[in-house]
Amino acid sequence: MSSAPKDAPAVQAHDLTKIYGSGNTEVVALREATLTIHRGEVAALLGPSGAGKTTLLTVIGLVNPPTAGRLSIAGQPVLDGPDALTNLRTFRRQRLGFVFQQSNLIPFLTACENVQVAMELDGWPRRAARRRAMDQLEYLEVADRADFYPTSLSGGQQQRVAVARALANEPTVVLADEPTAALDSRRGRQVMGLFRKVAHDNGAGVLVVTHDHRALDVFDKTYEMEDGVVRLPADPTTATVAR
Amino acid sequence: MNLAIRDVRHHAGRFALTAFGLGVLLMVVMGMGGIYRGLLNEGTLLIDRIGVDVWVVQRHTRGPFAELSRVPRSLVERVAAVPGVASACEFVTHTIQRDHQGRRLRMAVVGLSWPTDKGERLPLVAGRPLAQNHYEMIVDRKLGLSLGASLPLGKDTYTVVGVTRGMTTWGGDGAVFVTVNDAQAIQFDQPAEAVRLERAARRSRAERQDLGRAQPQLLERSAGPAVNFPALGTPNVSAVSARVAPGAAADAVCATISAWGDVTAMTHARQQDLILSGPIERSGRQLGLFRTLLTAVSAIVMALILYTLTLEKLHDIAMLKLIGAPNRVILGLIMQQAIVLGMLGFGVAYVLGQFAFPNFPRRILLVPMDLLKLAGIVLAISILASGLGIWRALRVSPGEVLSR
Ligand SMILES: Nc1ncnc2c1ncn2[C@@H]1O[C@H](COP(=O)(O)OP(=O)(O)OP(=O)(O)O)[C@@H](O)[C@H]1O
Ligand SMILES: [Mg+2]
Repeated sequence: MSSAPKDAPAVQAHDLTKIYGSGNTEVVALREATLTIHRGEVAALLGPSGAGKTTLLTVIGLVNPPTAGRLSIAGQPVLDGPDALTNLRTFRRQRLGFVFQQSNLIPFLTACENVQVAMELDGWPRRAARRRAMDQLEYLEVADRADFYPTSLSGGQQQRVAVARALANEPTVVLADEPTAALDSRRGRQVMGLFRKVAHDNGAGVLVVTHDHRALDVFDKTYEMEDGVVRLPADPTTATVAR
Repeated sequence: MNLAIRDVRHHAGRFALTAFGLGVLLMVVMGMGGIYRGLLNEGTLLIDRIGVDVWVVQRHTRGPFAELSRVPRSLVERVAAVPGVASACEFVTHTIQRDHQGRRLRMAVVGLSWPTDKGERLPLVAGRPLAQNHYEMIVDRKLGLSLGASLPLGKDTYTVVGVTRGMTTWGGDGAVFVTVNDAQAIQFDQPAEAVRLERAARRSRAERQDLGRAQPQLLERSAGPAVNFPALGTPNVSAVSARVAPGAAADAVCATISAWGDVTAMTHARQQDLILSGPIERSGRQLGLFRTLLTAVSAIVMALILYTLTLEKLHDIAMLKLIGAPNRVILGLIMQQAIVLGMLGFGVAYVLGQFAFPNFPRRILLVPMDLLKLAGIVLAISILASGLGIWRALRVSPGEVLSR
C-alpha cells in the first residue's frame, strides 16, 4: 500500500466491462467504462434508469467483480497484477465509504451504533468512536435521534445516518447512489456540502449518482452514462438528465 | 460493540419465545435422563435401606424382588447356624393393589421380622417405628396415607404409625412395612368359606385313610386350624435375609449356603445387580434410546432455528461485509447467538423442570453429572447447529445489499 504515490487519483477506471448472465439473458451493464476521479474532487454521475450507474458504483466499490477492465484506487491496482489486493474487505473498511439508494442501515443497531460499528471494526476504541459518531450525527442534524432504531427514523433521517457512517472512517473514496433522493433541498445541499468538505479536508474522491440537476453546480465534473457507456461532456451545465 | 447481544436485545421477545420453546424440548430430554436415574435409584433404594448382606432364596430363582421365591420358615434357623452369620430374618414381600377411599393404591407389602426389626432404620419423615407386632404399619409418603389413617387389609385393619420417604420398588409402588406375621396374614388371607371348605376336604381325606380311622384325635385336628396339624407345613416366606458378623465375608457365607441343594444364596451386590440388569435394564435402554432420539431432534430443531435466524439477517450480514466486517465478526455474531440460545434453553429447561418434575408420577432424579453432560451436549449442538447458518452467511456477497 505504501508503494502507491501520494498524488495518484482516488479512482482510476479503465475499460471496465460488466456482463450479467449469459446467452439469452445476457445484459451488458458496463461497456468499457473509463473515468478518473482525482483526490479532492466531487464528481456527478448522471444517466437514465438502467444505464448502469449502480453497477459502476458496485464495481468501483469492490463488491462486484467486473468482466474485464482495470481499476486502481488511490494508485493501487485492485483487480489484477502483482499489487492486486487479496483482502478486499479490509481495504473497503479503510478506504471506501458507501451511501446507497435503499435503506442501508443495520436494523438491530441504533442510529449512533450504526455509525460507531464502522469505526469499531476499524479499531477505534468504543468511547472515541461514540464521541465521533455523535459529532457526525450532530453535524447532520440527527443527533436527537441517536438512540432510535432505523425503523423509527424517517427516510431522510436514515439517509443522513448512512452518510455519517460512510464518512466516519475518513475514506479515500466515497461512493454515493442518489444520497439526496429522500432529502429536502436544504438537507440535500448540506449532504453535498459534507461531501465537498471530506473531499477538501481528507483529499477524498467522491462519486455521486444523482438525478437532481438543480444541484449540479456543486460538482467539479459530471459524467453522463447511457447504456453502459460513460461520457464526459465538455460543459457540465449542458448535461441532460433523464428521469 | 457486541453485535450478537445487540441483535438479541432488538428481538428480545421473539428470542425469549424461541429459547422457551427450546427449553421445553430440553426439559423433556432432561426428564428422560432423570426418569432413568430415578428408576435405578428407586429400584435399589429399598434393598439398600433394608441393609442385608446375604439373601437366601428358593433354588434357581432370582427372588425375592426380580421374581417370585418361596422358602420354608425354618430356613431362618438353618441360615442362622452358618458360621459367619450374625443374624438371620425371614423376609416377606408381595405387591397388592387395593382401592381406598376412591383411590387405587398399589403397594409393596414388606414384612419386618419382629422383634429384631421394628423399622428403626427406615427413613421416617413422620411418626414412629412399629411398637406392637400386629395391626400397625409404616407406609411410604408416596401412597398418600397420613399418620393415624386406617386401612383394612385381609381380615384386619391396620393403622399408619409412621411415614417414610423414597421407599419404592423398581415398579414405582410405595412400600408398606408390617411385621412378617401380618405380611403373611395379608398374603395368605382366605375368606371364611374357603377355610371351611379346606378343613372339610382335609377331614374327608383323613377319613378315607387308615391313619385317620386309627387316630380319631388326628381326624379331629384336621378340621381345625392348620397350625395345630403337624403334618401341614407353616406358611412360606419369600426369602431369608442374613447379616454377616463383623470380619466375616459375605462371599464365604454365600458359598457355604449355596452348597445346600434346596436354596440359592446371593450377596447384596449380586441382588442389586439382578434388579438393575433384569426388570430395569430394558426400561433403561428404552429411555436411553428415546433420549438419544430427542437429543438428535433438538439438534435439528436448533440448527433450523439458527439457520432461519441467519437467513433473516442475510441482508444485514451483507451490509456488515460491505462496510468491511471480517468473517470473524460475522462468525461471532451467529455463534454467540447460538450459544446464548442454547444456554438460555438449558436454563429454562432446568427451571421448568424444578416445577414440573416433582408432579410426575415416577421419581425424576437430576444428577449433577448428568446435568453437566447435557449442558456440554447442548453447547456442542449450539456450535454445530450454527454451522449451517455460518456456511450460508459466509457465502453471501456484500453486493447483495445493493441488488435488492
Ligand atoms: N444482478 C444483476 N443481474 C442481471 N442484470 C442486472 C443485475 N443488476 C443490474 N442488472 C441490469 O444491468 C443494467 C444496469 O443496472 P443498474 O442497476 O446499474 O442501473 P442504474 O443506472 O443504477 O438504474 P437506476 O437509475 O434505475 O438505479 C440494468 O439493465 C439491469 O437490469
Ligand atoms: Mg441504480
